[in-house]
Amino acid sequence: MLIKFFIKPRKGVLDPQGRAVSENLKSLGFDNVGKVFVGKYIEVYIDENDKEKGKKQAIEMAKKALVNDLIEDFEFEIVED
Amino acid sequence: MRFGVAVYPGSNCDYDTYYVIRDILKKDVEFVDYRQTDIDKFDCIILPGGFSFGDYLRPGALASHTPLTYALRDFAEKGKFVVGICNGFQILTEAHLLPGALLPNSHGKFVCKHQFLRVENNQTAFTNKLSKGQVVKLPIAHHDGNYFVDEDTLKQMEENGQIILRYCDENGNISEESNPNGSVSSIAGVSNKNKNVFGLMPHPERACESILGSEDGLLFLKSLLEG
Repeated sequence: MLIKFFIKPRKGVLDPQGRAVSENLKSLGFDNVGKVFVGKYIEVYIDENDKEKGKKQAIEMAKKALVNDLIEDFEFEIVED
Repeated sequence: MRFGVAVYPGSNCDYDTYYVIRDILKKDVEFVDYRQTDIDKFDCIILPGGFSFGDYLRPGALASHTPLTYALRDFAEKGKFVVGICNGFQILTEAHLLPGALLPNSHGKFVCKHQFLRVENNQTAFTNKLSKGQVVKLPIAHHDGNYFVDEDTLKQMEENGQIILRYCDENGNISEESNPNGSVSSIAGVSNKNKNVFGLMPHPERACESILGSEDGLLFLKSLLEG
């Protein structure tokens, strides 16, 4: 199965990349652009057919390595084979 | 005192650090490969600056999951000294050997200059040759040096004397202007509760000879020698 991780800066944590991109979009004439947050998208393929086990492993991998929960929030999606 | 200098793929201040210990302090020093776990013979291991594992995922994140970094937990538990400089500091926070995290600089730019710092706690093995409130000058060179920690942890750290260095101006004043990267409370260097693990963004190893513009870095290394 495939696990799709969506990681973004935690609320209240400074995101200079997002700020710069927001300013850039405004300068291109997109006047209605407000806040922008730049995060990460990660795909992890695992050899596992049990969705519940996959979910458990996804959370474990996020907490141990993929995400620093002091500064980042994450969501994930499971795509079965 | 026997020093080890950690070498991760992408470390780039390892030789500077090794040189200062061997040629200026004239102490025993060896490089320690990131796959090595047999580190008992050392009294202090320094994690140098650089871009370990290309800063992939987050600065210090991949290096925090290596055999050497895992071995450092036991090493630190025994009361031995661990120092993280710049990327080394980032590795130590990712490994949870130090509290907090290093975010991208608030202005989004790489910063590279000499920076004044104020000693906030001189009752540690890293700062006993300095006095409280003393202003020193060390080079900084980083993109992700914006120290972040939640309010409750910050309060505890203040109470425990874990804030070791703050960014300041030449007179020791702390303000937004003297903060080069947006760090919470202008924090430049912290320690763990037991005061045997120390991390800082500035580079003391680049300020150990007058020809380089400052010898203030030696004060930290000489403090260590006295324990």
